Amino acid sequence: MNFHMAWRNVWRNPKRTGIILVAIIIGAWTMLAYCALARGVMASSLESALNTLTGHIQIQNPGFREDPAVENRIRNPAPVAALLDHALPKGSCWAFRVQAGGVASNARNSQGITIVGIDPEKEPELSFYGNATAQGRLLEPGDDRGIILGQALLDSFETKIGRKLVLMTQDADRETASRAFKIRGTFRAEMEGTEKQYVFITLAAAQKLLGIGDNVSLACIRLPGRTGQDKAELNPVVEALTRELPRDLTALTWIDLLPLLKGYLGMFDRFMLLWYLVVFIAMAFGLVNTMLMAVLERTREFGLLKALGLTPVRIVKNVLLECLVLLVIGLGAGNLLGVLTIYLFSGGIDMSFMAQGSEFWGLGRLVVPFVTAKDLLSVNAVIMGLGLLVCLYPAVKAAGITPVEAMN
Amino acid sequence: MNMVDVKEVSKTYKQGKVAVHALAGVSLSIAKGEFCALAGPSGSGKTTLLNLIGGLDTPTQGKIFLDNDEITGLSQSRLASIRLNKIGFIFQSYNIIPVLSARENVEYVMLMQGVPARERSERARAVLDDVGLAGMHDRRPAELSGGQQQRVAVARAIVSNPAIVLADEPTANLDSQTGQGLLEMMARMNEERNVTFIFSTHDRMVMDFAHRIIRLKDGLVAHEQIK
Repeated sequence: MNFHMAWRNVWRNPKRTGIILVAIIIGAWTMLAYCALARGVMASSLESALNTLTGHIQIQNPGFREDPAVENRIRNPAPVAALLDHALPKGSCWAFRVQAGGVASNARNSQGITIVGIDPEKEPELSFYGNATAQGRLLEPGDDRGIILGQALLDSFETKIGRKLVLMTQDADRETASRAFKIRGTFRAEMEGTEKQYVFITLAAAQKLLGIGDNVSLACIRLPGRTGQDKAELNPVVEALTRELPRDLTALTWIDLLPLLKGYLGMFDRFMLLWYLVVFIAMAFGLVNTMLMAVLERTREFGLLKALGLTPVRIVKNVLLECLVLLVIGLGAGNLLGVLTIYLFSGGIDMSFMAQGSEFWGLGRLVVPFVTAKDLLSVNAVIMGLGLLVCLYPAVKAAGITPVEAMN
Repeated sequence: MNMVDVKEVSKTYKQGKVAVHALAGVSLSIAKGEFCALAGPSGSGKTTLLNLIGGLDTPTQGKIFLDNDEITGLSQSRLASIRLNKIGFIFQSYNIIPVLSARENVEYVMLMQGVPARERSERARAVLDDVGLAGMHDRRPAELSGGQQQRVAVARAIVSNPAIVLADEPTANLDSQTGQGLLEMMARMNEERNVTFIFSTHDRMVMDFAHRIIRLKDGLVAHEQIK
């Protein structure tokens, strides 16, 4: 009966109830929509960074991160390969890479680049390399003369598919090594800088160019699906690998490799909280005002209830129950609208109209809004928890009404 | 055996800097099962005395005993419990909850007392039939006349078998015919259920029904009449 009473009290003034419901609905809706967009932006930034040759985890020589020179390489990759074949979670993929700084040149131009030696069979699953072909084709296994470069680099060299490009670098003996490669294809990346920075040759060609035998620079690992986004998911894998890894090697997560990105994503989380607070404060004024009006115009009624024997605590509970009814209806509708909005944009929002800005933030061209169960829970908990908290004021006000004052 | 004992009770209100003595040392006793009226002109202190007996207000001085238990100096929650379990109230107006039906209004007190749902419903229906509201159980207050609303209030006041029913000018907003019907019904409840009724009134008709009239003047008992 308490619920019936609360329900009917809420609808005693439908216009007023409607207005506050609209405020709660818009609040919940915008919180969810903003949260979904922010999550999409964060996921896009992270995915873009992971795709740009970072992966979730890398096995490296401890000195490679500070100085990615050929000296700081993995000199015995066989045990690492054996470990990665059995120690990674199901659905993970990995590959060795050779990475070295160098210069690319042709008759028209020369430019500093990063030479990446890859396993043509495994690399497509690990980075943007596999799904960004702009022209030509990808490297095939054994194609030790082929090279793939970014479309922007191709354009700056004023060359085309099939032409030669010379790579020059310092080999393991600190001697200058150079070799000509034939351009097999080009790739498009989210950022033009990436297209100008990386050139891909086969792992064997890179090993030969650098004179490092079967040595590699690193092993790059991608974990399955959406796992690997935070420390809690990464740490168990890293710990398992570290236990069996040769002592002269280290396992680093993307959080270690890209601390700036981690900070940027953390900043987004704090922005989200700030947004929740701003929306809630606006909503709270409406909520308190509505409940206060509802209480003040029922002064006699609260006096009567106290005369009948209701304790102040029960009156507080009754007013909070009315508040709860408003919040549940508002949150239900707000969540529905929010989820519908997210569904509507589930194909992704094309951010190419702000390409330069999005490149600056490391954003992909397509942002797919989404929310996690935790986000849904926190949006609802914020509105519900703080909503009930601010309703305490009118509830306590109602509980303070004395029967004698009210009846006079 | 006394249901109410009022001993040297005074009540002073502050209105700005002025002290208003609503009661100035009233002493009286009301026995169990009495049908008693507190009469007097406006400002004589009858509503104040009724509020003090009902634990809705606290006296400035003196003591009040209800069913032999002292209620002066009790905490708000203890007083609320006494009001809930021992006292039925009937007010002049605005005395039923507008969003609840007649039956729900009557049930509400029992809900607070923790009476099981089925028993609540049965007792509420029986008492509503008893006060002449058969067939109107599910009507909301807005669908009932003033007299019918007061009958709901009477039903609510007596449904949990209180020791005492306090009625503050219950006929003031009713026409004489409706008022008479209501008083006849309350007199019957008093006889059949042996419930003690105390009215505050200046309605001649209520005084005609009362077995005992206590007249107040300037915050003191001026005269008592037992019929």
